[in-house]
Amino acid sequence: MGRKILFITTDQQRHDTLGCYGGQLSRTPVLDGLAATGIRYERATPQSVVCMPARSTMLTGQYPVTHGVWMNGVPLPVDSPSIAQTLHDAGYRTALVGKPHFEPFLDPFMRFVENSLGDSPTPPGGTHRGFEHLEFATHTVVGQLHYARWMAANHPQYISGFYPVLDRELEVNHAGGGDTGAPQVQVNNVPKELYHTDWVADRTIAWLDSLDADEDWFVWVSFPDPHHPWDPPQSEVGRIDWRDVPLPAAYPESAAERQRILDDKPRHWTMWYDGTLVSNYEAPTRWVPATLTADQIREVNARNAVEVELIDEAIGRIMATIGARGWDDDVDVVMTTDHGELGGDFGLLFKGPYHVDGLMRLPLIWRPAPSAGVAAAVVTRPVGTIDLAATFCGIAGVPVPAFVDGDRLPTSDTDLDGTPERVLTEWDSELFGVGVHLRTITRDGWVCTAYKPGYVHDGTEGELYSLTDDPLQHTNRWDDPAAASIKADLLDDLWASQPAVRTPRLDVQAPV
Amino acid sequence: MRASVRRAVRINRHADEVWALLGDPGRLPEWFPGITDATVDGTSRVITTKMGIPMPEEILTNDSIARRFQYRLLIPTVKEHLSTLDVHDLGDDTCLVVYAADADPAAMALIIAGAAGNALENAKRMLEQT
Repeated sequence: MGRKILFITTDQQRHDTLGCYGGQLSRTPVLDGLAATGIRYERATPQSVVCMPARSTMLTGQYPVTHGVWMNGVPLPVDSPSIAQTLHDAGYRTALVGKPHFEPFLDPFMRFVENSLGDSPTPPGGTHRGFEHLEFATHTVVGQLHYARWMAANHPQYISGFYPVLDRELEVNHAGGGDTGAPQVQVNNVPKELYHTDWVADRTIAWLDSLDADEDWFVWVSFPDPHHPWDPPQSEVGRIDWRDVPLPAAYPESAAERQRILDDKPRHWTMWYDGTLVSNYEAPTRWVPATLTADQIREVNARNAVEVELIDEAIGRIMATIGARGWDDDVDVVMTTDHGELGGDFGLLFKGPYHVDGLMRLPLIWRPAPSAGVAAAVVTRPVGTIDLAATFCGIAGVPVPAFVDGDRLPTSDTDLDGTPERVLTEWDSELFGVGVHLRTITRDGWVCTAYKPGYVHDGTEGELYSLTDDPLQHTNRWDDPAAASIKADLLDDLWASQPAVRTPRLDVQAPV
Repeated sequence: MRASVRRAVRINRHADEVWALLGDPGRLPEWFPGITDATVDGTSRVITTKMGIPMPEEILTNDSIARRFQYRLLIPTVKEHLSTLDVHDLGDDTCLVVYAADADPAAMALIIAGAAGNALENAKRMLEQT
């Protein structure tokens, strides 16, 4: 019997929403406790700041340009390598419960395998992407995934309470609600025990309870929250009064100061802010960020914090099941998210081609199995979510497959001495003629982003921030002569380290 | 917002052979994954998706000389739509098939052309295996 792996992801969660990262709004005792007894990564960085590429990186251990899911809407080929398959082949029982998003959700023709598996938790042929047990959910109750079908069959009266993620024109909805009219906010009267957070925990617990005590297992528990829409069960919204929520440190209350900070960045920042350019599908097309009010930020962040609390409590229930099964000593718990959320920083919400901490600094906690005897630590060197696949192999004691590009996560700042600490992040999007292409390196306390030519960029633009001196990334030093030397060094490293590119490039097949 | 999205594939078969399949509005389910039925009545066609959703369409062009097929979807979600399929003879017993979807709302153009691009790849596999 080996070590078992509980892999928990959330969707679009900022690192500072957890108490162990200094968060003040949500009570997250379960994750804080796991962090205290395990390894907490101070600078975990995704390889993409949108769902499909980032999740595909976790599954394959490859960069987006390598696995080929270069933007949302590009399906990960079903025969792509999968670390779940590696573990399954090594004798692990494998399950994925919650949000998958390796293929597009918007699928009226039902062409994508992921959307056609909702009939049963057992995929045809025995496994799908290496998982033998699948129960899917996403942010909405529309569609053919398991949670949506379960709600439609058993609790149809609550379906209308969920926010319609898309509007009638299939654009990301900008309709506002709540007390402040904030976008993607809605009062949802679904009972807490029927909400997808609890459903994901319930289905995970049911699967764990179906296993024999001496089996090794890998379960990916993938909570759809706290990604928008912000429509948690209304019974829980009163946990946090939005009026008491402080504004983010990276949100200057002065509109002039916000404008000055944005104008210091490549031009698509300001163009999105003032409503003259929509470069990606991940934020409401018709919503103009400049209209966002301080109270709307407070209300969104309050609801976000409630969703984070519900996730923490759900994880607590899963951990209780693990304890009841007698597995405590032999379970590794890894928790992270696919990407962050702007959360009001710079006066922006949602996500897009913006490689700053709101989207790039993720929570990442690894509580090794106590039987492994790994000391608790805080790792400050940057790591990537690309490193998860190799880490799972290390836990399971199986060789890292050749397809994996990442390294195992270090267990301390002195672990992996001599290995480079660079972490790379990519953005590519081409939406109705608007192309944006970013390449970023995080290293030595700096984050440096080069812009390749695109719709509004000529290839000379960039961003350079000192994470030590400018933790809010308010001062772009790309053109600062005093930073020219470090910029040149980072760019040399960035271009010399670019990963293999999959050819031919895969087509975008749907908006998301 | 309106958008235009295009997909293309080169098929190693003569244009006439390719047109015989792709230009026949009733044979759509043979090569277009996700479409389970197509009923043609004059210039009307009703397709049924794998989700069981019927979608009425108006056939605008079916020109076997130019090898061009055009239609538009007649569903409430779509304000405007025109899809055009062209089979271009490349003169070496191969052809280039281009599928263009123009639609308002824009997302629909990507949904249709995205599915069509996948379907063209499927048609290429089918035809080149025979």
